[in-house]
Amino acid sequence: MGALLATIGLTAFYGDAQALFGIDFELGAGEMVAVIGANGAGKSTFMKAVTGLVKTAPHGIRFAGEPIGGLPPGEIVKRGIALVPEGRRLFPSLSVEENLLMGGFSKRAGPWTMERLFKLFPILAQKRDQPATSLSGGQQQMVAIGRALMSNPTLLLCDELSLGLAPIVIKEIYDALPAICAEGMTVVIVEQDVAMAQQVSQRIYCFQEGRVSLHGRSSELTREQISQAYFGIGSEEAPHA
Amino acid sequence: MQMSVQVHRGTSNSRNALVGAGVLLLIAATLPFWAPAGNASSWMREFVEIACYFTFAMMWNLLAGYGGMVSIGQQAFFGFGGYVMLMLGNFAGVNPFVAVPLGALAAGVIAVPVSFVAFRLQGGYFAIGTWVIAEVFRLSFGNVSAVGGGSGTSLTALRGIDKATRETATFWMALACVVAAIALVYLFLRSKRGLALLAIRDNEVAAESQGIDVRGMKLAVYVVAAFGGGLAGALYFVGNLRISPDAAFSVNWTAFAIFMVVIGGIGRIEGPVVGALIFWALNKFFSDYGTWYLLGLGLLAIVVTMRFKQGLWGWVQDRRGWSLFPTRRQLVMED
Amino acid sequence: MLETLIQGLLLGGLYCLFALGQSLIFGVMRLTNTAQGDFIILGAYAVIASLGALAISPWLIAVLLLPLAFGFGYGLQRQVLNSTLGRDPLPSLVVTFGLSIVIQNLLLQLFSADPRSIETEGFNTQSIALPGGISVGTLPLVILVLAVAATAALQWLFNRTHVGRAFRAVSDDKETAELMGLNAHHVYALATAVAFVLIALAGALQAMRTTVAPSDGPLLLLFAFEAVIIGGMGSFWGTLVGALLLGVTQQIGFRIDPGWGIWFGHIVFLAVLVVRPQGLFPKTRG
Repeated sequence: MGALLATIGLTAFYGDAQALFGIDFELGAGEMVAVIGANGAGKSTFMKAVTGLVKTAPHGIRFAGEPIGGLPPGEIVKRGIALVPEGRRLFPSLSVEENLLMGGFSKRAGPWTMERLFKLFPILAQKRDQPATSLSGGQQQMVAIGRALMSNPTLLLCDELSLGLAPIVIKEIYDALPAICAEGMTVVIVEQDVAMAQQVSQRIYCFQEGRVSLHGRSSELTREQISQAYFGIGSEEAPHA
Repeated sequence: MQMSVQVHRGTSNSRNALVGAGVLLLIAATLPFWAPAGNASSWMREFVEIACYFTFAMMWNLLAGYGGMVSIGQQAFFGFGGYVMLMLGNFAGVNPFVAVPLGALAAGVIAVPVSFVAFRLQGGYFAIGTWVIAEVFRLSFGNVSAVGGGSGTSLTALRGIDKATRETATFWMALACVVAAIALVYLFLRSKRGLALLAIRDNEVAAESQGIDVRGMKLAVYVVAAFGGGLAGALYFVGNLRISPDAAFSVNWTAFAIFMVVIGGIGRIEGPVVGALIFWALNKFFSDYGTWYLLGLGLLAIVVTMRFKQGLWGWVQDRRGWSLFPTRRQLVMED
Repeated sequence: MLETLIQGLLLGGLYCLFALGQSLIFGVMRLTNTAQGDFIILGAYAVIASLGALAISPWLIAVLLLPLAFGFGYGLQRQVLNSTLGRDPLPSLVVTFGLSIVIQNLLLQLFSADPRSIETEGFNTQSIALPGGISVGTLPLVILVLAVAATAALQWLFNRTHVGRAFRAVSDDKETAELMGLNAHHVYALATAVAFVLIALAGALQAMRTTVAPSDGPLLLLFAFEAVIIGGMGSFWGTLVGALLLGVTQQIGFRIDPGWGIWFGHIVFLAVLVVRPQGLFPKTRG
């Protein structure tokens, strides 16, 4: 079975500092996988490496069998990987509709159109002409997701969807995910909220200081296993009571 | 296990350079006595001119490289220093050589209200804004008939002194200015304030959060740079004896300063020294070619900026680790 | 007094054309082009030189020059200016300053320092009589109309077109724009290309209205810059208003004393900077 996305011993640098120390990651088509870990564990760097915002070695990342490491972001989005960036990164000078149009810049064929997005997130249709950053946090997140979907990706990367949002809004966002995945979209979510991550995903990878400290099926991993992997407890350097 | 760490500043290169510089200074200061009679006068005048260019460039380097403020209007203070010196000499009967530091002081003082306007802008627009201010200075002085309006006037206060004495005094003053400019900038940058300045240059917000008074530091640097610029200007017109608004406030002063600093390497003290030497050499051999020479300077500045971002001395420094005026602190582990 | 006002507005029309290109380039990529004025003069001399070689109407030459200017601007940005962009304003300042010196001396070498102008067979002396007994020059009026048209066109380009969206997106967030598939270097070059069309137009009109000399560039840069600041950065209509205000201010100054016109413009500019540094119509970002 060929993985849709695979990284083998992926290393990456953030400026001069090494952020990833050999990440082995695998993702099959149609799966929903969560990446969890503390701040600075390397989750965002991993997302950036896959989408070309951080340069990596060509064969460190394979997508649909092809090496994509080091390709420019524009090239990667054409191949079908879209990112919902951490912090949303909407364009303040553009309206909601214009932000969505920007997402469709790479003109990939697929089921997602602006009309379909407005059906998924009706509130956006109402606010389509408003400046994107004048919307509430949750609505902005919808725009960011919509913008990524407009490029009709086969792999959707979501970096910290719940950042800065109220629990009820987070639930609303995650409730929309099944509709997105219904046609076989492969999704990776990066999440700080471990419970949410376990709930929505099939498998989990836990990052700790630039390495994979744990991975397995979400339904099988215990809270204790995850905590240990999250904080790095149980490794040689940790002090024992 | 304790590790002891020492902070080193001088390098063996810099210590040698200091000795070498001292010897050079001694030779230079005695030039009027050992130079062949025919050449003494022209050599001294040439030195005065390059000293003015150099001092001005050092100040521009301080402002841009360390203060992070790129200005195309420093000539405002150059000309202001010159005019104040002239006015004190011609109208107040002050000895022009005394009037030189006074002109510098005046330039430093006027920098304060000017900063109030200039600091409204940032980055590239700050640069052009300072140019507008310099133009206001130029047009203003050009409309004051007491100093000759648009065509300028002469420094009459030195009329009584004979040429040799005047030229020697100007030469020594220029030498003193060069030494003072280098020493001032060097000591300032090695001090705590200098460290603060480097912090601001690297990341203003972070520096502010550490409690550094960013606004105050920037103002201090701006005033010091204005003082130095005024010093260079006052000195230049003591040597030149004739001032006019177009000469005093010409943007070419800044253009040449930028050239020297960029070619030599911005933000390093040796940079303007190397740049001034290169500039002097190019001037000596090619200035007869007029427009082609200037065109070449412009092209050189463009190419160096695009290819050698740290200037020629910076490139050498990165490759060989040389440092004649070390302001960097090195951590040395002792075990 | 009304006459001064009208003369000022007409002058402002030309200043607007000087300033639009600068406003565009700074708006899209935060680049300060200190050679703006020199490129305008270069454009003027390009028309003058072509006139010498071809025996056709200067208006036709100016129009033919526009696509050349587009290509020139694109190439300049791609080959030279793109590498100077970044957090540090110094490289772009030094490079454009260097270009300014190169252009001035090149023109000096090719054309000498004598002022030149473009002959328009008396068009630049024609005038139209307005009600109330005031007459306005036809050429200045045409220039003002062109300035307003250019402003409207630029605003339309920014707000309603695909390219304008791209301009705004890269200006907001270059990295995220690249994530969408935009090629920032290409977008920047397009912006500069458009700016150079305006520069070429401004140069041709300047040489028709008055004389040009190789060292005229810097002063035009200052006018362009003042117009942008007074109007408020980020708004093309603001730039137009700023330019008109500058023109009127200068005319008032000229009226009081011919030697103080430009000085008065500078002073008013500095006053606006102190009192309202964001300009009259700053664009508010969300």
